[in-house]
Amino acid sequence: MSEAAADSLLAEQFDTIEQQRSAAMLGMWIFLATEVLFFGGLFLSYTVYRYLYPSVFAAASRHTEVILGGANTAILLFSSTLMALGVRAAQLGRRKHLVWLLLGTALFGIIFMGVKGFEYYKDYTEHVFPGPTFQWHEGNPAAAELFFWLYYAMTGLHAIHVTVGISLMLILALLAWRGRFENGNYMPVEVAGLYWHFVDIVWVFLFPLLYLAGHR
Amino acid sequence: MEKVHSPKLYWTNCLWLMLLLALTWGLGYVNFGLFNLPIALAISFTKTILIALFFMHIKGSSRLLHLAAVTGLLWLFLMLLLTLGDYYSRGWVSMPKY
Repeated sequence: MSEAAADSLLAEQFDTIEQQRSAAMLGMWIFLATEVLFFGGLFLSYTVYRYLYPSVFAAASRHTEVILGGANTAILLFSSTLMALGVRAAQLGRRKHLVWLLLGTALFGIIFMGVKGFEYYKDYTEHVFPGPTFQWHEGNPAAAELFFWLYYAMTGLHAIHVTVGISLMLILALLAWRGRFENGNYMPVEVAGLYWHFVDIVWVFLFPLLYLAGHR
Repeated sequence: MEKVHSPKLYWTNCLWLMLLLALTWGLGYVNFGLFNLPIALAISFTKTILIALFFMHIKGSSRLLHLAAVTGLLWLFLMLLLTLGDYYSRGWVSMPKY
């Protein structure tokens, strides 16, 4: 990066581009720490109720679609790989690569949401969506409904995060196409990448807890 | 500027993550009784470490970022430990039996 290009990217409160970069990264990691606690409250509720009603939670968990959930895990892990390659393309200033990799990341996020939507639809038709239409015939229905409340709260909050991530990727792809991340200005891509990987990590825990609680 | 890694690193990491996914998935069909959950969580933590180290570039980043990353987990464990300790000591939840 030339001296002039570096100066044009530097906000006035920073002394060097390296300092500016580490401030942005630190800010994102602190945000992610708050996100860990945001999801953490749900994980805590899940843990308490799973210990209270272990057999009902295991039975309710067997009702989820493990093949779709597992496939969705693979989809997110693959999209994270594309994201990591996208950050690399941004570091190297490869504009076309970056645009395609960001679009690929978004595409796999959209496929994830499609699969999730299909699962939600299936739950709805099978009356396991919590609320007035909820029906359960294998033991304690109140505890099973609790499992599905948690299932919807956890996967729903996660789905909101995926939606935000997809929007971020599409906006970044547009900006990248316009050449915004050339001349070493790859920080926005890297910070958005951290967010996407975090959303992936949340799913890595949701998959075994919700789909594999109690062996199949 | 941060070090640029070869694409091979990311694809190798992807392969390991997929293998670990297959392992969690497969072990989900085996009855280990009480140990299904700890095994599944151990695999999830391993995946998290791989994602954080290589995709999120924790490997090779500053001590400050290491600290920030660990902080989130530390507070999560404090929350889980203290709340569950409270529930357990009051007898509101008991050790799981299958």
